[in-house]
Amino acid sequence: MFKDITLGQYYQTDSILHRLDPRVKLIGTLVYLVSLFIVRSVPGYIFAGIALAALIRLSNVPFRYIIRGMKSIMMILMITVLFNMFLTPGEPLIRIWKLSVTREGVIFAIRMAIRLVFLILGSSLMTLTTTPNQLTDALESVLGPLKKLHVPVHEISMMMSIALRFIPILMEETDKIMKAQIARGADFESKNLKKRIAALVPLLVPLFISAFRRANDLAMAMEARCYRGDSGRTKMKPLVYKKSDYTAYAIMTAFVLCCVALRIAGF
Amino acid sequence: MSLSVKDLTYIYEQGTAMSVNALNHISLEIPDGQFIGLVGHTGSGKSTFVQTLNGLLKPTSGKIYWNGQDIHEENYDKKLLRAAVGLVFQYPEHQLFETDVITDVMFGPKNLGLSETECRDRAKEALLSVGLDERCWTKSPFDLSGGQKRRAAIAGVLAMKPEILILDEPTAGLDPKGRDEILNMVRGMKERLKMTIILVSHSMDDVAEYADRIIVMNAGEIMMDGTPAEVFTHSSELEEIGLSAPQMVYILQYLKENGLPVETDRLTVEEACSEILRVCRDAGY
Ligand SMILES: Nc1ncnc2c1ncn2[C@@H]1O[C@H](COP(=O)(O)OP(=O)(O)OP(=O)(O)O)[C@@H](O)[C@H]1O
Ligand SMILES: [Mg+2]
Repeated sequence: MFKDITLGQYYQTDSILHRLDPRVKLIGTLVYLVSLFIVRSVPGYIFAGIALAALIRLSNVPFRYIIRGMKSIMMILMITVLFNMFLTPGEPLIRIWKLSVTREGVIFAIRMAIRLVFLILGSSLMTLTTTPNQLTDALESVLGPLKKLHVPVHEISMMMSIALRFIPILMEETDKIMKAQIARGADFESKNLKKRIAALVPLLVPLFISAFRRANDLAMAMEARCYRGDSGRTKMKPLVYKKSDYTAYAIMTAFVLCCVALRIAGF
Repeated sequence: MSLSVKDLTYIYEQGTAMSVNALNHISLEIPDGQFIGLVGHTGSGKSTFVQTLNGLLKPTSGKIYWNGQDIHEENYDKKLLRAAVGLVFQYPEHQLFETDVITDVMFGPKNLGLSETECRDRAKEALLSVGLDERCWTKSPFDLSGGQKRRAAIAGVLAMKPEILILDEPTAGLDPKGRDEILNMVRGMKERLKMTIILVSHSMDDVAEYADRIIVMNAGEIMMDGTPAEVFTHSSELEEIGLSAPQMVYILQYLKENGLPVETDRLTVEEACSEILRVCRDAGY
């Protein structure tokens, strides 16, 4: 029942993007998001679109799989577009009852939609090609300088990685408990709303208990291995830049420069 | 009231790169009153199989008949099926949720739409059947010991008065004493309540003593199906799929190979001892 949630999940395969250093992908995603706001003309968007298509091609993730994850976002996107079309003041094009679609509104809405789609595709490409563990390592390393300001960067990344790791575990657990209660005659599909809510108690109580038990076990296991947070901790697989990572940074810089050039040239 | 399985296949995540063929064309008859041991190595499909039996998993292909009726036919009442085919999951204590034990055991009967008093009567009966001390009945299920929790959870299924009781690895994670207690309890229930029992396990020693019939699963298929004595004569095949016959069978086989004329189908320590003594006496020691 949870199979359709592909947004933010890792897709296991092998590709140049999968092998890149996670820091490159994290920074690259941010750079891409920013450049989406640098360009603001048709040639600019085409340029950004081609870059994205090339990356998706390189990632070996089936395009259909990426689109499936987008479905859940579609609704939000539609609403945003509609609001923008109707609520931006300007030269009216069509009048529907008291509302009017304006010229400025249409342009703005299209621009917004393109940006949002690229933004979501771009960031899901990062999570599809990077495991949660790599991502947290990258985050810790990129935010490293903030440690000087006493921001608990390591702890934040550790929390994020544990949370990500627990999602599939808790989904499996939910499935198991649900089945066990259905075997005792529980009905999770009742048409009656009140009954349906009441049916959640036999699911949620064991689920919370199991989540606490797992958290407790994990804390115990971490203590048993002398985990003390950040101080004096070394990594088994420290992140090291390879040649391909520097190449990626170079391409990224070139991409941003192109975007800026397009903007200055008035496109 | 028999259960029959025809050409059952189950595939997890069909049509994706992660698809697993967990059950492969299984056919089986489960007549009344048998005590069946379902044995197989880890990942052989035992849990998947028992979950198809009460309609929790819908088979990819194949049919299941309860009293001659296809359980996946439209309008078939699955709730009654689940009451008749009771399934106790692995680590059943994880399903407990009520504030006290007896209310938790009443959950099943309540879902069947029975009256409060009848639910309570059934719960009491079930708790007595699993041998849970009366002082525990009003305690919170979370204050019980591991073995007690498991008994309470089994009572939760028993209170639905199933005709077939399926237990998925009921001894997992228990110490030897807890294991023997649970196994003895199951045997006692079979004798008193005249139920059909399917006991899932990956240890032959768990089922050897009590089962009338042993079904061995391997990689989603049924590899052997027969009485314990029949199955254990194939001890080398069992070893190939990561299982083993009970210890006593090996001792007797060893003695026989070395010239002592013992029968090798004695499964428990007592039976094996008396067999060895018999042969020794015959030889005039
Ligand atoms: N929810 C699931 N999704 C995908 N594959 C699964 C799922 N559950 C089980 N499998 C796979 O199906 C196969 C059979 O699993 P099953 O749980 O039935 O084995 P089992 O005999 O009960 O093992 P065990 O003794 O470890 O409990 C295994 O290969 C397992 O990896
Ligand atoms: Mg299992």
